Amino acid sequence: MHWTEYFGPLAEGAWVTVQLTVYSTILGAILAFASGIGKLSSNWAIKAVSVAYIEVFRGTSLLVQLFWLYFALPLAGMALGIDLRLPPVMAGVLALGLNIGAYGAEVVRGAIQSVHKDQHEAARALNFTSRQTLWTITIPQAIPEMMPSFGNLAVQNLKDTALVSLISLGDLTFRAEQIRNFTQDSTTIYSMLLVAYFGMALVLTALMRGLEAYVSRWRMAGS
Amino acid sequence: MLFGFEWDLSSPLAFALSILPILLTGLLVTLQATVVGFALALVLGLVWAVLKAAPSRIISWPVSVVIEFIRDTPLLVQLFFLYYVLPEYGIVLPAFMTGALALGIQYSAYTAEVYRAGLQAIGADQREAARALNLSSARTFTHIIVPQAIPRIVPAMGNYLVSIMKDVPVLSVVTVLEMLNVAKIVGDRTFDYLIPLSLVGALYLITTLVASAGVRLVDTWLPKEGIPLK
Amino acid sequence: MTDPIIKFDKVVKRFGDLTVLNKLDFEVQRGEKVSIIGPSGSGKSTVLRILMTLEGIDGGVVTVDGEPLWHEKAPDGTLKPASETHLRKMRTQLGMVFQQFNLFPHMTVLRNITEAPVKVLGLSKKEARQRAEELLELVGLADQAQKYPGQLSGGQKQRVGIARALAMRPNILLFDEPTSALDPELVGEVLNVIRKLADEHDLTMLLVTHEMRFAKEISDRVCFFDRGRIREEGTPEELFTDPNEDRTREFLAAVLDEAPGTTG
Repeated sequence: MHWTEYFGPLAEGAWVTVQLTVYSTILGAILAFASGIGKLSSNWAIKAVSVAYIEVFRGTSLLVQLFWLYFALPLAGMALGIDLRLPPVMAGVLALGLNIGAYGAEVVRGAIQSVHKDQHEAARALNFTSRQTLWTITIPQAIPEMMPSFGNLAVQNLKDTALVSLISLGDLTFRAEQIRNFTQDSTTIYSMLLVAYFGMALVLTALMRGLEAYVSRWRMAGS
Repeated sequence: MLFGFEWDLSSPLAFALSILPILLTGLLVTLQATVVGFALALVLGLVWAVLKAAPSRIISWPVSVVIEFIRDTPLLVQLFFLYYVLPEYGIVLPAFMTGALALGIQYSAYTAEVYRAGLQAIGADQREAARALNLSSARTFTHIIVPQAIPRIVPAMGNYLVSIMKDVPVLSVVTVLEMLNVAKIVGDRTFDYLIPLSLVGALYLITTLVASAGVRLVDTWLPKEGIPLK
Repeated sequence: MTDPIIKFDKVVKRFGDLTVLNKLDFEVQRGEKVSIIGPSGSGKSTVLRILMTLEGIDGGVVTVDGEPLWHEKAPDGTLKPASETHLRKMRTQLGMVFQQFNLFPHMTVLRNITEAPVKVLGLSKKEARQRAEELLELVGLADQAQKYPGQLSGGQKQRVGIARALAMRPNILLFDEPTSALDPELVGEVLNVIRKLADEHDLTMLLVTHEMRFAKEISDRVCFFDRGRIREEGTPEELFTDPNEDRTREFLAAVLDEAPGTTG
């Protein structure tokens, strides 16, 4: 097998990695907003659930979470009489999304709290409800503040997708492992693999920068 | 049986208790890998930070690319690379050392940034003031720069220490018997993954909580009176 | 006189150990333009912030248009602390212009003015837009509607702030040191707008300011605040030309000396 023949299987794997990254980042963003806002809620039940979620997923290891969802959850389901066996893709997206969402939650919370108290006073003087204030005043101003950290988390998430190869999901790393087992050409295949991740990370970073510029348009205006 | 400890499958509680010593043996390896990996990250990161600050772009630019490359590629792949490629060039390391080295390399990209930011936060005005007082460069560094940089650097480094601990399970792929790997082996042999893996999760929660508290404690001990820490 | 639109009855406000308002009694009549002057820390801004419901009170009763602001009447006739629903109802009477403008930086000038009328008053977008355009005309910024606050000068920002408050059609407009954050050359344009409002509208206006000459010019009454109380009040002529109290005289001498009034 000549090294140019590696491209085919690697490209297939890369496509799986891209999909995993996109789905889990979207899931992570939803969870980050829900629990980041939830942590600031005045409702203690919502707050408790948010804090518990954030602490558990930040306090444990991603690989432990992935193995738990893939190996342990079906057994827990069996004990309860429900089928909780997850296909590897589901387990992968869920573990990655839950993990990155917990980190994102702290970013969301911090950015929301960084919005100046003057803005809340203006909103109160204009008689907005607290919900309207959150969605029309606070969050739109907090989002540009979140973007640099979200960019880093997205790249982190891309890198983390490599772990799903350990539950036999055919991502980029998994394909590379298959080729290595077949050819024993470690140096070439792993060099290619590193470069492939580096390239994807650069593209992802550029995309996130673009998104950041888009959501911060008003900041660029004047001043 | 693992590490000389028998498991007791008579009840879930008995099982959990009987495998706890096995998991704690794994936890010890996890902590060892964390400490060695962190030490390597601190040293290598400092090397990167110094080289990146070099006045010549012939040095600083390639170093920036290397740091970016390390930061943007997965730990798992870096680990595979070291584990399978180094021996081809005659460098044979024990699995544990290969793993700790991979952790150290991956996190050196992050610690380098912490050093850089910590030193940069001390503005040119401090250097100018030191020069005006006729302090030597060495004295400026040891008496002016370092004391102001340390309180900025330590908390961020502490966070990376905790992050490294959470990345140690990746080392299981090269046969390091850290906590997750041990739990997986117990699961493979008993067909019960739920209890071992849940226990690993719980032990991780406790360990990271303790470690984070330790980092905060160290931070409160640091002398930082009068240092503006934004 | 008829019933006052604003009434402070022995109002107490503390921040920790510091008593900012010490059993303050204070009334404003419908349509009256009142300026509040006094040294910093005397509790001037706190009066406005209590009225805008940005700060609660620790004692006494504040009444707006005959209804308690920070209290609600319980069925048995006693007063209990106000609910958010009550505060929201009461807030419809009031508008505020802030020292730091507090515009929404992520919205265009037009949306700054239309957002609350649409979301809070339930106006259609078209009505809100029409109202905003009239108000921008009034404050002389009709051509700036599509800009972001970051693109405006301080004086322009404050005029948008005035238009934004007016868009809610309040009966009472509160100005919290509206020109203090402005460069001296921009003060005039803002004072001109406030003067126009004072002349042409029957709004009740309450103005905390350091612009003594301006206060003298537009006010029906000037109150000198000192240490949480009104030390002296009267028509601008009385207070500025012939104050009774030594404290007032000292204060006026100090401020008129150092700031030779920029009344544009």
